[in-house]
Amino acid sequence: MSKTLFEKIWERHVVKSIPGGREVIYIDRHFIHEVTSPQAFAGLKKRGIGLRNIDKTTATADHNVPTLNQHLPIKEELSRTQVAKLVSNCDEFGVELYGLGHEKQGIVHVIGPELGITRPGTTIVCGDSHTSTHGAFGAIAFGIGTSQVEQVMATNCLILTRPKTMRITINGKLKKNVFAKDLILYIISKLSAAGGTGYFVEYAGEAIENLSMEARMTVCNMSIEMGARGGMIAPDQTTIDYLKDKPFAPVTEEAIAFWQSLKTDQGAIFDKEYVFDATDITPMITYGTNPGMGIKVSDSIPAQESERPLQYMGLEAQSSLLGKPVNYVFIGSCTNSRIEDLRIVAEYVKGKRKADNINAFIVPGSKKVEAQAKAEGLDHILQAAGFEFREPGCSACLGMNEDKIPAGEYCVSTSNRNFEGRQGPGSRTFLASPLTAAATAIAGKIVDVSEL
Amino acid sequence: MRAINKLTSTAVPLPLTDIDTDQIIPARFLKAITRDGFGENLFRDWRFKKDGSPIEDFILNNPIYSGEILIAGKNFGCGSSREHAAWAIADYGFSVVVSSFFADIFKGNALNNGIVPITVSEAFLDTIFKTIEQNPKATFSLNLEETSFKNETTGETVLFEIDEYKKNCLIKGYDDLDFLLSLDKEITAFEKQQVVY
Ligand code: SF4
Repeated sequence: MSKTLFEKIWERHVVKSIPGGREVIYIDRHFIHEVTSPQAFAGLKKRGIGLRNIDKTTATADHNVPTLNQHLPIKEELSRTQVAKLVSNCDEFGVELYGLGHEKQGIVHVIGPELGITRPGTTIVCGDSHTSTHGAFGAIAFGIGTSQVEQVMATNCLILTRPKTMRITINGKLKKNVFAKDLILYIISKLSAAGGTGYFVEYAGEAIENLSMEARMTVCNMSIEMGARGGMIAPDQTTIDYLKDKPFAPVTEEAIAFWQSLKTDQGAIFDKEYVFDATDITPMITYGTNPGMGIKVSDSIPAQESERPLQYMGLEAQSSLLGKPVNYVFIGSCTNSRIEDLRIVAEYVKGKRKADNINAFIVPGSKKVEAQAKAEGLDHILQAAGFEFREPGCSACLGMNEDKIPAGEYCVSTSNRNFEGRQGPGSRTFLASPLTAAATAIAGKIVDVSEL
Repeated sequence: MRAINKLTSTAVPLPLTDIDTDQIIPARFLKAITRDGFGENLFRDWRFKKDGSPIEDFILNNPIYSGEILIAGKNFGCGSSREHAAWAIADYGFSVVVSSFFADIFKGNALNNGIVPITVSEAFLDTIFKTIEQNPKATFSLNLEETSFKNETTGETVLFEIDEYKKNCLIKGYDDLDFLLSLDKEITAFEKQQVVY
């Protein structure tokens, strides 16, 4: 029988079926970070048990870390305590930790792939919804809650209901200055913030196949923003080439042969299918308070939009965002903080200078990205343009560390969520691609990069 | 985990759609290292001003409304995977959340923390909101064994869907980990035959 990519991987991981329809699924890889793990470690302690497989677990500190002066103690007490707790827990339980100051530290969804820990055909979880990022490699990857973090630590298994499958095909080629970020914001605006709930998505089609691994990760990363459990892309030569020089990936002949077998069969049936045309996609931006509220940057805010989000954002229906002044630009987060994103920004701002009203900061996703950017001289280009080049972490993606957008201020952000207060209490977020963010920083107001 | 089966209670209405986990518990409150005390910060930024004083027109600050049941608009719990959202709801004192649609991860987290997520039709949800509007002291009843939820004022009862396994866990107060730990042999056998690249 013809099978989807999702089914092929899922079925390889069924340990047991439970009457009533749930299945016990084996988890190959577990990433942990400081925020969603302490209660799980505490649970293990209470039961007097350890991790089932230490070598399948990798930890890092990212959500709470400052992005300036990382060599100094974290100023805020609760953040410092949580990061210290991660260190002591990893120490006690024997988990490999890439903590602050470690050359492999970074946002959990950036380091997994760049180290080659994320691999095709595996099941990957983390107590973080953007674990869907790892699906770019043709893995089943999804976010879990802390109780499940504890379950995976103790048993490497989860009890799950098999999600429905959805395929989103993007035919044709993306236009100039249209990026993976625009593509996914476009899809979410079409499906809405709940349109994918209950589904696991496979992205396919020419526009997807042409994306680099970095760009594929941007797409899969935001699958959760339409409610889907995860998103995935079948591995191909791009995937194999990416993995070739990664420290942990075994790019052996058998591995390659297996990875190449991981694709949806002809005739396999999805519970739902969408097909879009890449040429319909232009630079996108969100105007509201969920990622489904996105428009082409050249369009106006829909007339039928409800009051609350617009009131929060201080915007009016049917108005255009073009030319709107903003004071903050944030480039970073597990959506857009990889080397390719930094290169796009640096290339555009080279020789230019940010507008006076703008506070622009760019936060690499990991120590490796930071080092690579420095090796390429991108830090100097960015600093010369008036951008702050920070140290790796989640930063202003969520108002949890020192980097926050002040109440009432607008921020064009390359992150993934524009919820009320996401970037700090009262902050107002416009989600967009790194190029749109960079061009906004230079112009001091929102611009349409398709006209650059 | 606490057990739950039958319950009759007044309810707190929150007729907003797409309530995300950042509203349920803002990120800055995720720094605790225990599971306790999250109820204080449930809906923090809707409930309290910056200086900590209550925002009077927010429903949780209105003493007329109380109870163990939270009634919310469509797509409740979207956003992050933070289980803290479920802890906050449970810690505040809710055992049941009723909506016409739940985000996946939230639903799973609720079930793992002794909260019963009940999905009802838009129409039924509307009548619940109307009932409470007319009488804030109106009561509603859950019977988990029978998977039914009743509006005591109108007498309307709906059957809701819940996975058999999860239902039993809730009624007995068991969690997934107890079950998974009992599968040690099967897991070991699985690991022996598995080839991972
Ligand atoms: S960058 Fe943002 S979305 Fe990504 S893991 Fe960190 S907080 Fe979550």
